[in-house]
Amino acid sequence: MTTPEVTHELVPTARERVHLGIGDQVSRLGWPSASLLFAALVVIPVLFLATSLLRPNAEVWRQQWDTRLPGQIVSTLVLLVGVSLGTVLLGSGLAWLLSAYTFPGARLFGWLLIAPLAMPSYVLGFVTVSVVGFTGPIQGWWRNQFGADAWFPDTESMGGAIAVFTLVLYPYVYLLARAALRDQAHGAYDVARSLGAGPIEAARRIVLPLLRPALAAGAGVVMMETLTDFATVQYFGVDTVSVGVFRIWRGTFDRDAASEIATLVLAFALMIIGLERVLRGRARYGTAAGADAGFAPQRLRGSRAAIATTVCLAVLTLSFLAPVAQLVWWATSEAVGPRGTPLFSRFLGYLQHSLLLAGVTAIVCTAIAVVVTNASRFGQPRITRLAARLTAVGYAVPGPVVAIGVLLMLVAVDGLLGHLGTGLPGVIATGSFLGLAYAYVVRFLAPGLNATEAGLGQVSEEVTISARSLGARPMEIVRSVHLPLSRTSIVTALVLVAVDALKELPIVLLLRPFGFDTLSVWTYLLASESRYEQAALPALAIIVVALVPVGLLSRQLRMSSAPEGPAEAATIGTWGGRTDEFV
Amino acid sequence: MSSSDAAPSALVVDNVTKRFGNVLALDDVSFSLGATELLALVGPSGCGKSTLLRTIAGLVRADHGRLRLGGLVVDDGTRHVPPEHRRIGLVFQDHALFPHLRVAENIAFGVRDASRRDTNGRVAEMLEVVDLVGYGERFPHELSGGERQRVALARALAPRPALMLLDEPFASLDSNLRSQLRASVTAALEITGTPGVFVTHDQEEALATGDRIAVMRSGRIEQLADPVSVYHSPANSFVARFMGEVNLLPITSDAGGARTLLGPVDTTDVGRDVSSEMQAMLRPDDVTFTESAVGGACIVGAEFRGTTWGYRIELPGGIQVLASGSHLHPFSVGMRGEVTLTPGHWQVLVPIT
Repeated sequence: MTTPEVTHELVPTARERVHLGIGDQVSRLGWPSASLLFAALVVIPVLFLATSLLRPNAEVWRQQWDTRLPGQIVSTLVLLVGVSLGTVLLGSGLAWLLSAYTFPGARLFGWLLIAPLAMPSYVLGFVTVSVVGFTGPIQGWWRNQFGADAWFPDTESMGGAIAVFTLVLYPYVYLLARAALRDQAHGAYDVARSLGAGPIEAARRIVLPLLRPALAAGAGVVMMETLTDFATVQYFGVDTVSVGVFRIWRGTFDRDAASEIATLVLAFALMIIGLERVLRGRARYGTAAGADAGFAPQRLRGSRAAIATTVCLAVLTLSFLAPVAQLVWWATSEAVGPRGTPLFSRFLGYLQHSLLLAGVTAIVCTAIAVVVTNASRFGQPRITRLAARLTAVGYAVPGPVVAIGVLLMLVAVDGLLGHLGTGLPGVIATGSFLGLAYAYVVRFLAPGLNATEAGLGQVSEEVTISARSLGARPMEIVRSVHLPLSRTSIVTALVLVAVDALKELPIVLLLRPFGFDTLSVWTYLLASESRYEQAALPALAIIVVALVPVGLLSRQLRMSSAPEGPAEAATIGTWGGRTDEFV
Repeated sequence: MSSSDAAPSALVVDNVTKRFGNVLALDDVSFSLGATELLALVGPSGCGKSTLLRTIAGLVRADHGRLRLGGLVVDDGTRHVPPEHRRIGLVFQDHALFPHLRVAENIAFGVRDASRRDTNGRVAEMLEVVDLVGYGERFPHELSGGERQRVALARALAPRPALMLLDEPFASLDSNLRSQLRASVTAALEITGTPGVFVTHDQEEALATGDRIAVMRSGRIEQLADPVSVYHSPANSFVARFMGEVNLLPITSDAGGARTLLGPVDTTDVGRDVSSEMQAMLRPDDVTFTESAVGGACIVGAEFRGTTWGYRIELPGGIQVLASGSHLHPFSVGMRGEVTLTPGHWQVLVPIT
């Protein structure tokens, strides 16, 4: 080979020389590195906490073991088992009723029954305690009728807590079970019937096994939501490990002790993930893509139809309609009362805090989600896929774990900066907006990521490749092709994250800076002091906002035969497939 | 040594190898493409034709070997020019238009560093080339499948690519539309003088469209030649079978040359030695059936194909051969007769693979 030929090959034209500059190499490495950086931001707090598992503080454990810990572990187990049994029975029962039968109101109930998704458990919790509890009107009336010693089920108990969680969380199981029935079970059920099996036998031998993965996944989500809570259970005097973390941290600010107990919460979370995996087996729910006609539902008549309608109405009333009516009553009677709504000016301040926190979280989460999602189109697929999965881990980690993990990490950063001579202002480590927002972002990246991934999924790989072959660089493709085409899903991501952030209570209770109260904190504090009438307004505000994504989802259910748009797919993805984020 | 070719190659592929895990997707592939040539890549699914296309496009990096586009090295195992800097045009089966942009905006997308007037001029020119004048303001969803594919072609051609790559561009269209579109694609490439490589799994399409055809199997190019050679003198029995219906008959040699069950075959043109590794290749039209009550052959299958009939004929030894016949004198199943080699048709020997 002669020298001139080599020269000819190696010297790029002016065009190539410009395009192969340093910036280009950076952007080539930039996508995978950015997605790995975000994944690290999510994983590091959890790792900080997990490492304290490796060097347990014997003294803390001994002290905890001698006092509350054994009781807390037992309560947590009983609560988790009770709530998952309750939601599986109620959720799958309703799903079967509405898939296999039709009766007056069935279509309406089909999507109305997911309304409790907008009801935070701590709101239903305090309404229940105030109305059905010992001092509430119902028991008062009961004692008037049957005497002061008349037996009434103890509301402020484990049973009460399980009932409240069941009423609030059953829609997760209901949604997954209905999807599984629609996508998979009906063909198999019809075949079984045609092969001579009666309805009961077909249900037992075909439908239940087919539903098992969906039920396992639903129960997994339900248990995670139950585990993360420590506000609702306190109204019922139930002492779980999450309550333990809260008590220790808010009571003594003993970081070591709090993180020891938080590792226990993490252990419970891992146990739930493992259990869900085992129960689900190798099956996946909702695999069939074709929108079939579904079951040909059987029409119920007479008393059976009346019973079916009554059951649905009762569940909806207890879980949503009655508590909302009670809250509206309280709020209006406060407003028209002689005092007017007290603390109304403070309500606006709290609303502002809530909106600020939810807004910052939503914007940061969505921005990160957009970067991580787009990186999958431009970076090494192995790296970017791993990064995406890690980024979503926060959703499978209970709020108290995220909160304490972030705390530990900020303390470590503070210490490191201290060595370098520029410490953070002390409050950053113990309670600052920065720390709070960070923890929120860690926890709520997954719903944002689900939405943006569903959105980019609508843009075929070939479209991206075509744009590249036409000379567009990755950033330009994101700006002029990907973003315009996934606008809906980005809005969906913002909404889903904002609503989750607005409802969130455990993290903000643990990490809020002094004086930084949000609507959810205010609701919780007022209700803890039995000032239910005043708690009604912020509680209603939260429910109204939370109805937005529920509305999106119910629209999807009503048009279930239509192809899934990105927004609906994301809603389903977030609420139906949360357990898929568990690593 | 000499680099003074009148028309330099548009694309040179030198010993390119690509492995995915245990699968050797490209096994030492080499070829070059003339300045205005259209090459058809055919092969069964999984043969590596799409990987080859994606490697040329820069979507896949070669493990070894070297790729040159228009004289520039774009991939040599260490350096790798990303797809956006290769000046290639891509057309996919599902057209992949940008659904939020109008037809004119789609076509203008890749036209860079040009004034608005020049861009508009280029768009108008391209609409003319693909015969879609007046469609500029429409959105992709307002077009038919064939129109979308033509817009995709115009979009890929607009930035004056050095090479067009087409990945099964007609596979999603029905057969009538397909031949129309085939004609307009070849016309557009010819008008603009753009060389191209297109992947297809359809042999007829390859024969009808390609200036040359590369037949691939298991990551290797089994034969690269003009359509007539690939069809009538395939490099081996795999290519013979893949390119269309064929009879591969064992041969024996005697003093007079090679013979098959159907008689002596003329092997003078081929330049291949008669040996036990060789088979005689006879296309169905090389075999003639004549009806005769005493014939040892019997028609066991007949298929009407419009201009011809296809027959499956059992010979006395139990071997079956395929033959074609005129639609004017159809035979029916059960008829007996003689099978001979069609006079004037040439036969070739192919190595068994």
